[in-house]
This record gives sequence, structure tokens and C-alpha cells, in this order.
Amino acid sequence: MISEEEVRHVANLARLGLTDEEVEKMSGQLGDILDNIDQIGELNLEDVPPTANALNLTNVLRPDEPHAELSPETVLSTAPDAADDLFAVPRID
Amino acid sequence: MAEDSRSELLSLSAYELAKKIEAREVSATEAARTANARVEEVEGDVNSFVTTTPQLALERAERVDARMKNGGIKLWESVPIAVKDVLSTKGVRTTCGSNILYNFEPLYDASALLNYGEDMIVVGKANCDEFAMGSSTENSAYGPSRNPWDLDRVPGGSSGGSASAVAAGEGWWALGTDTGGSVRQPAALCGIVGLKPTYGRVSRYGLIAFASSLDQIGPMTRDVRDSALLLQAIAGHDPRDSTSANVAVPDYLAELEGGVSGLRVGVVKELMGEGVQPGTRETVESVVRGLEGAGAEVGEVSLPHSRYGLPAYYIIAPAEVSSNLARFDGVRYGLRVPAAGVHEMYRKTREEGFGDEAKRRIMLGTYALSSGYYDAYYAQAQKVRTKIIEDFRDAFSRYDVLVSPTSPTVAFEIGSKINDPLAMYLSDICAVPVNLAGIPSISVPGGLSEGLPVGVQLMSDHFTEPTLLRAARATEQVSDFKFTLKP
Repeated sequence: MISEEEVRHVANLARLGLTDEEVEKMSGQLGDILDNIDQIGELNLEDVPPTANALNLTNVLRPDEPHAELSPETVLSTAPDAADDLFAVPRID
Repeated sequence: MAEDSRSELLSLSAYELAKKIEAREVSATEAARTANARVEEVEGDVNSFVTTTPQLALERAERVDARMKNGGIKLWESVPIAVKDVLSTKGVRTTCGSNILYNFEPLYDASALLNYGEDMIVVGKANCDEFAMGSSTENSAYGPSRNPWDLDRVPGGSSGGSASAVAAGEGWWALGTDTGGSVRQPAALCGIVGLKPTYGRVSRYGLIAFASSLDQIGPMTRDVRDSALLLQAIAGHDPRDSTSANVAVPDYLAELEGGVSGLRVGVVKELMGEGVQPGTRETVESVVRGLEGAGAEVGEVSLPHSRYGLPAYYIIAPAEVSSNLARFDGVRYGLRVPAAGVHEMYRKTREEGFGDEAKRRIMLGTYALSSGYYDAYYAQAQKVRTKIIEDFRDAFSRYDVLVSPTSPTVAFEIGSKINDPLAMYLSDICAVPVNLAGIPSISVPGGLSEGLPVGVQLMSDHFTEPTLLRAARATEQVSDFKFTLKP
């Protein structure tokens, strides 16, 4: 079980609204899933390096050259709200 | 065109159709009309698509026909295709199966689609679990797709709409995406071929990201030759995707018929046991005996850390989800639920926009990455990933191709696992180690159990798709299965 208080804390970190019913359900379900995941703790992997990319790619670079991109009007065409060539949002609180 | 010649066209593989069009026996436009008519006929039963695009398919097919007259086209370009709704299609609604993108029309096409050709004959955007998270398509905001073999059962997921479209003949082939089995498992459950290429083989640019270190676009086809041809169409390096591999693309059809004589085939011990339905196990064993009869050297191989694959996956994938899905915040695209302040707008938009599974994974990932838990979960899971890669490396020092079931069970009934996330996750237990290691893998129908298709999963080392496809071709030939349109 993950406590409902902890569920609310994590939901806030993720900027995710949850109903009281969802919080209750999530607390049980996340607990069950994490209980199953906990078995990876059985392994002693102290000296094992982590893998982030299966092909071991690191720092792929390209020349920094200017080229044509989408216009501001095009990019803003999918936005719920826009003003003065910018994305518009409600008051920052 | 007469009804019987349409049904004759529908009985062809994509390769056969393309050859017929190349020989000018039929036009791409007629193929598109045939696909559209088939969608019209069966879509009410199977719900393979979020959005159908019959007009677009016809316009593009006419352009393909015109280009054929004035020069040439690539063989595959004349074949109508279904495209999973997580792949960006310029000006064509792309929802990812989510309410949060209910109105989103991308500003550019995914690179894999452009590789196929600018006039790709898209018959529709295929249904999927929301943001490709799930194993049944029941997590789609647009209703579940249905398995053409039994409409009360799931087609698998997350690329379930792509799989049901191919099985039902709504287009001759489809593109799916595979993060933890999402191409192979639905292919297995619908009796078609599903290929997950090596990580980096196909550009992810324009694929709306789920778990960036695992996602890969793959072909879903009627047979193995079609799989090779469709991989040929989409593979290649892309400067727009820094994780795409700068490795030459071989001719995937060249070695296809080479057979398995002398090929070393290892059956994965850990993936044949507990939780695997007897009928599924017997089908895989029968196919393995067939490969042995065709000259393969068969042995048993152990992947000792494979049992930790699923739990490691359910840390790594949700962690990446919690980051990738942060962009859906009501600012730049998709749904916005109005509120007085920006934080309330974020919370309300995401509450209304995301479904249960997306919320669960965002929560799981955020929790695993949050202060105090990072080392126990994310860091440990990344080390498990290293151990799984070492297991495969060891196995590939002795075997060319590994074999297991694709899914531990045949297609299950709609509704039977939707309230039990852990039971649903187990559906991908054989598939996820492949994604963690970044190797290629293919599911080939091996026969029937309980009247439903069973998929045989083959796996090989990084960038050895020619060997994998050759083994898959032989698997198809020794299996007790022949593609027929359903329902």
C-alpha cells in the first residue's frame, strides 16, 4: 500500500488532478505493482554499471547550422490559446 | 471492379499485390478502393481505427499511379497501409488513443512514413491503448478494438488496431510501435507477423514518445516476406533522431529463402514454464521440432535474469512516461480545461485528458523518480537492464536465434483483465526483455490453440534482422498456419 497522503503528494508533483475515488484506488494498485517490482531489490548489483541506452550511444552531435523551420503562425495553429505570436496561458499562480 | 476480383485482391499478400500493380494488372487506385470498401464492410465489427481516411487514400493512390507512369515508384508504395495513431501524420488527426489529443493535427509527418514515401496510401489511423500503454487496446479513449478471430476477445495491444486491421484486410499491412511487446503481442493474438527492429534501426522522429529508450516502430504483416519488405521501406538513419543508428541498411529480401540448415536455435528455458498455457507451449515445441527437421541445430538456453525483466520494465518505462507525458499540459496542443490559474489548468487538463492507465504510469514513474526512491527503483532497474543485456550476449555467443512464446496466452476476453493491472502486465512477460536489450524480435504464427492463433517469438542479436527474417521465413513454412481473412 502507498498511503493516500503519498498518492496526493506524487499527483501534485506530476500536476495530475485525481478524484478522491481515484486516490483510494491508486493507493492499492500502486502498492500491488510496487510489491511485485520490489523483487529487483533481491539482486546484489553494487558493481554493475547502469544502462540508459541499449546501443551505448553517447552524445550524438551535429553541426549547429541554421535552417528553415516551422513559422510561428504554423506552430501556434495547434495551440488552445495564443496572443502576439506567443502561447497564452492563465495567470501564473 | 467486380466483387470477385476485389476478393481476389484481398487474398493477396502485400508483396503479391505490389507485384501485380507493378505489372499493371491492377492500379494502386483500385487497391485503395478495395481497402476502403473492406473498411466499410468490417469496421463496425472490429473498430480497428480511431480515424479512417478513405479520401486521402484515394488521392494518394492516384498520385502513386501517376508517378508510376512517369518513371517509377518503390515497390511498396502502391500498397494501402494502416498507421498506428501514435505516428504523426501531417494534417491528419493523431490522437494516441487519448482524449488529451482529441483534436491534434500534427504539423509534420513521422520520418518512417516519409521513408516509405510522401504518397503513402494511408487507409486510417489505427486504434491503440492510450499512448501505447497496454496489452489489449481497452485503454483507448475511442473504445476497444476487437479480435477478428473472435469479436468478444481483445486483439492484444498496444498496437491492437493495427493488428486487427491486417487480420481483417483493412489495408494489406500496418505500422505499429513496440515498447514492451506492443507490435509482437497483438500480432500473436491476431495471427499475423509482427517485427520489432533493433533499437535505432527505424527513426523515432514523429513517433509521439512513450518510453524513448525502448520505443521502436515495426511492421505488422500477413507474412514474413511482407515484413522484410515493409522494414526495407522504413529503416534508415535519420539526423532528426539522435538515437537512430548510422548503420547501413541491408537488402532484407536477399537472404530470406536461405533456410535454417546449420542455424543454431536456442529455446529459452525460463520463458517456456510457469504461466504459459499448455496449448501455447505445445505449439512452440512443435514449431521448434519443425525447424530441427529443416536442419537447425536446436538446444536449450537460459536467460537467468529474464524474470526480472518485467519489474525492471515497470520502473524504466513509467519513469520515461512521467517525463515524456509532461508535455501534455494544455499549452501547445490538444485539450485545455480552463481554470483561473495555470497550475489548476494543468491539473484539470491532465485529469480530464488522461485515462486510468496513463494516470497509473505517470504516478508510478513520478513515484519511482521522486526523492528517496531513485536508487532503490530507477538506478537498480537500469542495472538489471545491464544484466539482461549480458544474458543475451552470452546466449548469442552460442546461438544465432532464440525462441519462446510471444505471449503466454492466446487472446483473452474483453474485460477480463482490465481491472487487474498486474495480470495485464504479465501478458508481455516474454516480450519485454527484448526491448530492454534493444535487440530485434519477430512474432510468427505457429498454429492454433483453442481455435485461436499462437505466436512464436524469435530473437537475434543487434542489427541481425536478415538472419532473424530468414529464421522467421522457415518458421512460417514449418508451422501449421495459413493466413486467411477474418472475420
